[in-house]
Amino acid sequence: MNAITKRPSSLTQAQFHYCPGCGHSVVHRLVAEVIDELNIKDRAVVVAPVGCAVFADKYFDVDSIQGPHGRGPAIATGIKRAKPESIVFSYQGDGDLASIGMAEIVHAAARGENITVIFINNTIYGMTGGQMAPTTLVGQVATTAPKGRNEKLQGNPINVSEMLAQLKSAKYIERVSSDSAPNIIKAKKAIKKAFQNQLDGVGFSFVEVLSICPTNWGVTPLKGLEFLREKMIAQYPLGVFKDLTVANKEGK
Amino acid sequence: MPKIEVNETRCKGCQLCTKACPKQCIEISDTFSTTGYYPAKLAKQDCCIGCGMCFQVCPDIAITVFR
Repeated sequence: MNAITKRPSSLTQAQFHYCPGCGHSVVHRLVAEVIDELNIKDRAVVVAPVGCAVFADKYFDVDSIQGPHGRGPAIATGIKRAKPESIVFSYQGDGDLASIGMAEIVHAAARGENITVIFINNTIYGMTGGQMAPTTLVGQVATTAPKGRNEKLQGNPINVSEMLAQLKSAKYIERVSSDSAPNIIKAKKAIKKAFQNQLDGVGFSFVEVLSICPTNWGVTPLKGLEFLREKMIAQYPLGVFKDLTVANKEGK
Repeated sequence: MPKIEVNETRCKGCQLCTKACPKQCIEISDTFSTTGYYPAKLAKQDCCIGCGMCFQVCPDIAITVFR
């Protein structure tokens, strides 16, 4: 009898500090498996965000830089331009990317930088204690919206993938979910494509992963999955929003 | 027979695997692990089909599937 599953070699042996059920850990595994499969461990560079994933460098066994809040895409731009042979990915949450880092991600996409961005959307600020994020759903309770997000006061959530897909220079934009085994397998395919695009010189690739944050939502992980399936996917539909991969491979 | 092994020091008892298992083979232990969580365990003999669904959803890579 043989083991058919194993810990990816691009992950260190460190125990994840994430809360029970957190989606970050699943996406860490997927990214590490993709790095293994594409055999790019020795030239991959992770740009860690500010947020729960701030210690990403402790888990990914690759080169790393931890950026100021929201500035991941700008740092990734610098690394990629200075060392084009490296495979650079920015790993960011929604408080980081969709709030303070909104300008950086929009302009990195508008410039069409050949980088990969993994965006974890759990509709709330995790590390700082459950404040409202730009992605918080209308009616969802957060510590800074104790009666739920009010459309008249705080407006509507931002759908980052749809927004970036409008930009001409963005080449691959997909939204996936981490709520079930089939969706996690699909998420891995999307992440792999986003890395393959960088290898092929396609350009800006962006994968948004819907994830649960049971601790700050105040629910059990299983209840969190129900919330993701019923409420989050209604606001953030899954799918490919833009795919110009084939037309933009180098040499075509 | 296929089986799973749960690394009790990595498992945080989130229970995601118990729902992901198509055969409902996995249950939560009623005793603490050394890390202070109630870890998952393969509760039924000859139940596991080795599909690996639990591995996919496990956030802490605590599950190894044997086939």
